[in-house]
Amino acid sequence: MITIYIDGKPYQVEEGENLLRTCIKLGIDIPYFCYHPALGSVGACRLCAVKRYRDANDKNGRIVMSCMEPVSDGMMVSVNDEEVKNFRAAIIESLMTNHPHDCPICDEGGECHLQDMVVKTGHTYRRFEFKKRTFKNQYLGPYIHHEMNRCIQCYRCVRFYTDYAGGKDFGVTGAHNKLYFGRFEDGPFESIFSGNLVEVCPTGVFTDKTLRSHYTRKWDLTHAPSICNQCSAGCNIIFGERYGQVRRVLNRYNEAVNGFFICDRGRFNYEYINNKDTRITQSYVLGNPADSATVLNTLRNVIATNKVAAIGSSNSSVEANYLLQQLVGKENFYADVVAEDWEVLKTIKSILESNTVKVLSIKDIEKAEGVIVLGEDIYQTSPRLALAIRQSIRNKPLRKAQKINLPAWHANAVKTFIGHDRGPLFVAHTEANWLDEISEKTFRKNTSEIEQFAQAIVDHLEGKTLPQDTAQEVKYIIDALTDCRSVAIVSGTCLKSKKIVELSAKIASLLQSRNIESGIYYVVPKSNSMGMAILAEQSMDKLFGSSTPENIILLEPDLVFTDAIKSMLASCKNIIVLHHSRTAITEMANILVATGTIAESEGTLINAEGRMQRYFSVMPPQENVVAAWKWLSSLLGNNTFDEILIKISSDIPLLRRITEVAPDASYRVNGMKIPRQTPRFSGRTSMLAHKNVHEPKPVDDKNSPLSFSMEGTQKNSELGLMSFYLMPGWHSVQATNKLLRELDQVLNARSAGIRIWNS
Amino acid sequence: MERPLTQNIKADGTYCTIDEYRRNGGYEAARKAVQEMESQQITQTVKDANLLGRGGAGFNTGMKWSFVNISNPNEQRYVIANGDEMEPGTFKDRLLLEGDPHQLIEGMIIAAKALKASQGFIFVRWAYKKAHQTIQKALDEAYQAGFLGKNIFGSNFSFDLHLHTSVGRYICGEETALINSLEGKRANPRAKPPFPQISGLFGKPTIVNNVETYCNIPHIIKNGPVWYKALSRSSEGGTKLYGVSGRVKNPGLWELPLGVTVRELLFDYAGGMQEGYKFRGLLPGGASTDFLVEEHLDTPMDFASVAKAGSRLGTGTMIVLDDQTCPVAFVHNLIRFFANESCGWCTPCREGLPWVEKILEKIERGEGTEKDIDILRFHTKYLAPGNTFCALAPGAMEPLQSALKYFIDDFNRHIHEKKCPWKK
Ligand SMILES: Cc1cc2nc3c(=O)[nH]c(=O)nc-3n(C[C@H](O)[C@H](O)[C@H](O)COP(=O)(O)O)c2cc1C
Ligand code: SF4
Ligand code: SF4
Ligand code: SF4
Ligand code: FES
Repeated sequence: MITIYIDGKPYQVEEGENLLRTCIKLGIDIPYFCYHPALGSVGACRLCAVKRYRDANDKNGRIVMSCMEPVSDGMMVSVNDEEVKNFRAAIIESLMTNHPHDCPICDEGGECHLQDMVVKTGHTYRRFEFKKRTFKNQYLGPYIHHEMNRCIQCYRCVRFYTDYAGGKDFGVTGAHNKLYFGRFEDGPFESIFSGNLVEVCPTGVFTDKTLRSHYTRKWDLTHAPSICNQCSAGCNIIFGERYGQVRRVLNRYNEAVNGFFICDRGRFNYEYINNKDTRITQSYVLGNPADSATVLNTLRNVIATNKVAAIGSSNSSVEANYLLQQLVGKENFYADVVAEDWEVLKTIKSILESNTVKVLSIKDIEKAEGVIVLGEDIYQTSPRLALAIRQSIRNKPLRKAQKINLPAWHANAVKTFIGHDRGPLFVAHTEANWLDEISEKTFRKNTSEIEQFAQAIVDHLEGKTLPQDTAQEVKYIIDALTDCRSVAIVSGTCLKSKKIVELSAKIASLLQSRNIESGIYYVVPKSNSMGMAILAEQSMDKLFGSSTPENIILLEPDLVFTDAIKSMLASCKNIIVLHHSRTAITEMANILVATGTIAESEGTLINAEGRMQRYFSVMPPQENVVAAWKWLSSLLGNNTFDEILIKISSDIPLLRRITEVAPDASYRVNGMKIPRQTPRFSGRTSMLAHKNVHEPKPVDDKNSPLSFSMEGTQKNSELGLMSFYLMPGWHSVQATNKLLRELDQVLNARSAGIRIWNS
Repeated sequence: MERPLTQNIKADGTYCTIDEYRRNGGYEAARKAVQEMESQQITQTVKDANLLGRGGAGFNTGMKWSFVNISNPNEQRYVIANGDEMEPGTFKDRLLLEGDPHQLIEGMIIAAKALKASQGFIFVRWAYKKAHQTIQKALDEAYQAGFLGKNIFGSNFSFDLHLHTSVGRYICGEETALINSLEGKRANPRAKPPFPQISGLFGKPTIVNNVETYCNIPHIIKNGPVWYKALSRSSEGGTKLYGVSGRVKNPGLWELPLGVTVRELLFDYAGGMQEGYKFRGLLPGGASTDFLVEEHLDTPMDFASVAKAGSRLGTGTMIVLDDQTCPVAFVHNLIRFFANESCGWCTPCREGLPWVEKILEKIERGEGTEKDIDILRFHTKYLAPGNTFCALAPGAMEPLQSALKYFIDDFNRHIHEKKCPWKK
C-alpha cells in the first residue's frame, strides 16, 4: 500500500493501479468515457482529467489524465481544482457540439452515461451555433440498432469488438471529426459477443433492438437478478420486465464467471418467454382446461395408485428436479440424457468431486498463462468461456511488459508491445473452430486421435518414451507450458469421450506435480447438467425398449425428440408433462401442467464448474401458471422455497451449502425487502387503468427477499440481490463501477455463487 | 561559409549519384563508424556535437539515442527517418531527399550502428513522388556497393534499409503515429511513456529522427564535434536549412549557421518584401509556430532564442505575412488544414479545431461577434500542451493565439465593419 493525496487528503491505496480506477474505488467520482475496467485506459476522451502537482510547493499543477497515471507513493492530485473542473466541462461542451441531443427519442435515455457525465461536469449552456455533422446509420442485424450521430468517439466499441472479442467485421473509419464506427457494409454482426456493444457504448449509438420492439425506459422496468440458462457457463444476467413481458436482458457483473460480458445467446434469446403462440398458459387434463385443484387431484391420484417414472431436466432448477425426485422416488427418477452422455457427465462429476485436481472458474482461465483445449468447440458450447480463453493468451507476454514497467491497464501500449506474441494455447478438436486462429498450434483430429493425443501427453509427462513424431508434437506443447505460471486444461462432453475427460484431469495433475499451477474446466451440455449429475442416479435410456413405464412425468423437457423417446412415450399410459412452452412432447401429454419460465420462478442452477447460483423471478407468472417447483411442492406438503432448500441441504451432502447461495426470504434491509423496481418507477395507477384506476397492491413474493415494488433500497443489500445498477448520479450500467471495491472482493463472497468443490 | 548539408546538391535538380557522392568523400564516415567505432562512442560524439533534432522539437539527438538499451544482441531495434514533411510552409527535407539521398542513407547507417539496429525505414510523404524515386535509386546503389545489406563494409554488421511511402496525412509526421502507420494501423499517436526508444515499431526499441537530423550525422562523425559546433553561431551545433516563403522578393531555402537572425534571413537572403507589400509578421518555423513581429527581427534563429521570443524554431522555414493579406483569413486557412488533419483520437482537438475553424470563417464572412473572440481565446488555452493527446492541436493554436495578440485589431475590424476589410 502507498499513500496518495487527493485534494489534500491522504489515502492508502494499492500500487500499480491507475489513478482513475483508484479514485472510483475510493468513492471519489471522476467523470470518464473511454476507460473501461475490462478494456483498460487509452487516454482518448480526456474527460478524466485531474490536476497533478510536483510537490507541496507546486501551486499550479498540470492537467493529466487520471486513467493514464499510475498511482505512486506521495502523489498529489486535485479532482476539484477549478481549472480542471472547467476543463472537464469543456470536454463535454466539445462532445456536445456534434451530439444530436435527442434524448427524448433515444433508447439510451434514462440510462445514459453521457447524460450522467453532462450533469456531473455541469456543462449546461450551448455556445456552439453551427451545423452538426450527421451520418447514415447501418442495418446491423436483428439485435442491434445503430444511430451514429450520437457517437462521442470514445473508441470503446472497437476496442471491445476487435481487440477484446476478436471480431473482424467492425471497426472505425474516417478521420478528424468524421469518424464512423460500423461495419464495412450493412449486415448482421458476425460476433456472438456483439450484444455487449449495447452496454459498452456509453451513448445511444448501439441499442438493443429487442428492447426497442417493446420499448420501456429503464426506470419503468421491473428487474431481477437471474442466471442465463442457455449454456453451462452460468453467466449472471438481469431480466427487465413490464406488463408481464420480458423486455430485455443485461449483463450482471460476476467477477468469477462472466465479469462485464455475456454472449448474444444469453442476451437475445428471451422472446420465448413472451411468445403467446407457444407459451402454455393453462393446464390440461385429458385435453380439457383444468384449474389447479383439478390438476393437483389428478396428479395425486396417478401417483398414489401407480408406479411413476420421471425424467428431470438439465435446464430446470435443482429445486424442481429434487422435488420431482422426492415425488417419484430416487429409483424412478432419470436424468434427461442417454447412457453415453451420462457416463461422461458422471465421470466429470466424480473427477470434480475427487478433489485431486483444481477446478477452475472462467476467471481463473482468463488469468491462466497456458491453455489446452481437448475435444470441445468452446465458442459453440460455452461462448463466454471462449472469450475468457481469448484473454488468456495475453498473460504470458504481459510478463515481459511488466519488465519495462508497462501496467496491464495501459491498453494500447500493451497491445503494441505484445504485438503478435501470445501465450501458449493448444486446441485439439475434430472441426475448425473459433479458437484456432489464436492458438499456437491447432490439431485437427478425430475423437480417437484426440484420445491418443491426450494419452501421449500423459505418457510424456510420466516420462515414457513415445514414437518419434508424437514425441516431438507433445514435447513442443509441454515445453511451451513448462514456463507458464498457470495452465488450464479445458475439455467437455462434446465428443462423448470418457477417456478425454479422464486424461484431461490427469494432464492437469501431472502438470501440477511439476509445480505448474494447473486445473481443469469441463464444459457440460446444459445450464444445470451438473445439478442433474449430482441428483440423478440413472439415465433415461433405461426407460427405452422393453422397460417402458406406464406412467411418466417429464419436467420441462428440452430434449431432442428422437425415435427412442417417441416410441417410449407412445407406449405410456399416462404422460404428464410440466412445461412452459409447447413442444412435440407436450403435444403427447394427457396431463399438461403449465409452469413458469426462468423469468417467472426462482431456483438454483449449478454451472459447469459446480457453482451454485440463484435466480429470482422478475414477474409473477400469469394466472393459471405456476412455477414447476411450486406445483411439485404442492404435491409434497406445500413447503416454502426456503424450507425446500433446507431439506436439500440436509439430504444431499454435496449441496449442503445450497441455503447459503442467497439470503432467505426473511432477509431485510432497514426492515424492508429489496426492490425489483427503481425509485422512479412510473404509472402504477394507470398501468391497469383499462380495468381499474387504482394502484394495485404489489404481489407479495413469499419466496424471496425481493419485492415487486419500488419501496425499500438496494443500498447495503447483498450484491447478489441487486436487481439493477443505479447509484446517485449514475443511471447507466456504468454504475457497476461504483461497486468496484465490493466487486473486487466478491470472488469468495456468496454473490459470486457458492462453489460445491475446491472453493 | 561551410555548407556541409547542401554541398552536393546540384542546381539542375538531378540527384547526387553514389559515384558523385563518394568522390566528395561520401560513405567515409559510415565506413569509419562501422569499422572503427563502438556504438557508445558514436552516440557520445553526436551528443557532444549538440545536434538538436531538426523535426521541430529540438531534442538533443545523441541524448535520445542514449535512451535505447543496446545490451541485448538478439533484440530487434529499428531506426526510422521521418520524411513526412507536411508542415505547411516547410520544404527543407524535400531538398535533401531529392538532391542528396546518400547523405541520408549514410547518416542512417551510422545511427543503425550506434543503436545496433538491423532494420531501418525511410518514411516519405506521399506527395514527394520525385523523392520516392531518388531514394529508391540511391538505396539500390547503396545495396550494390555493399553499404547496405549483410556485413556492410566487410564488417559483421548488417543493416537493411527500406523506403516507405506514406498515405498523406499530417499526423503521420508525429513520430508515434508514424510508427502506427508503418505497422499498418490507423495513424493515431501513441501515449508516452512508453517512448519509442523503449517500445516503438512492433513494440521494439526504435529511434525516429528527422531527415535533416540524419544528414548531419556523417559530417559530425567525419569532422568531430568541435568542428561541428563551430559551424554554428549559437551553442546549438551545426548549420540549418532555413526557408522563407510569402511575398518576399526572393523566396527560397538556404543552409546557414544556426543562429542567423530573422532580419538577415528576411532581408539579406530573401531580399526583403516585394514592391508594394509591407511586413506584418512571420511564422518562424512552419504553420504550427507563434507569430513573430517587427520587434523580433533581431532574434537569432536558434531553438533557445526563438523560444525566448515566444515562438518556436520548429522546422526553421518561415512564412511571411504581408499587409495585403488578411491575418484572419491567413489563420483560418491554417486552422482549416489542422482541423482536417486532426486524427480524431482525442476530444479537444477533434471537436475543438472544427469549431475554431467555423468561427474564423464566420468572422471572415463579417458575421463574427465579440463572443466569438472569447471562444477563440478559450480554445487557445483549452488545446494547450498536455490537454490533448499529442502536439498537433497545441501546435495549431500557436498561430491563432499569437494572431489574437498581435493582430487583434484586425479581428475586431472584421466584427465592427461586418466584413473583411481586405475584401474589395
Ligand atoms: C503533428 C505533428 C507532425 C509532425 N510532423 C513531422 C514531420 O513531418 N517531420 C518530422 O521530422 N517531424 C515531425 N514531427 C515531430 C516528430 O514527432 C518527431 O519529434 C521528430 O521526427 C523527431 O526527430 P528529430 O529529433 O530528429 O527532430 C511532427 C510532430 C507533430 C506533433
Ligand atoms: S459508438 Fe459508442 S462506444 Fe463506439 S465510439 Fe461511439 S460512443 Fe463510443
Ligand atoms: S456464455 Fe452461456 S451462460 Fe453465458 S450468456 Fe452465453 S449462453 Fe448464457
Ligand atoms: S491532438 Fe489531434 S492529432 Fe493529436 S491525438 Fe488528439 S485528435 Fe489526434
Ligand atoms: S477516461 Fe481517461 S481519457 Fe478517457
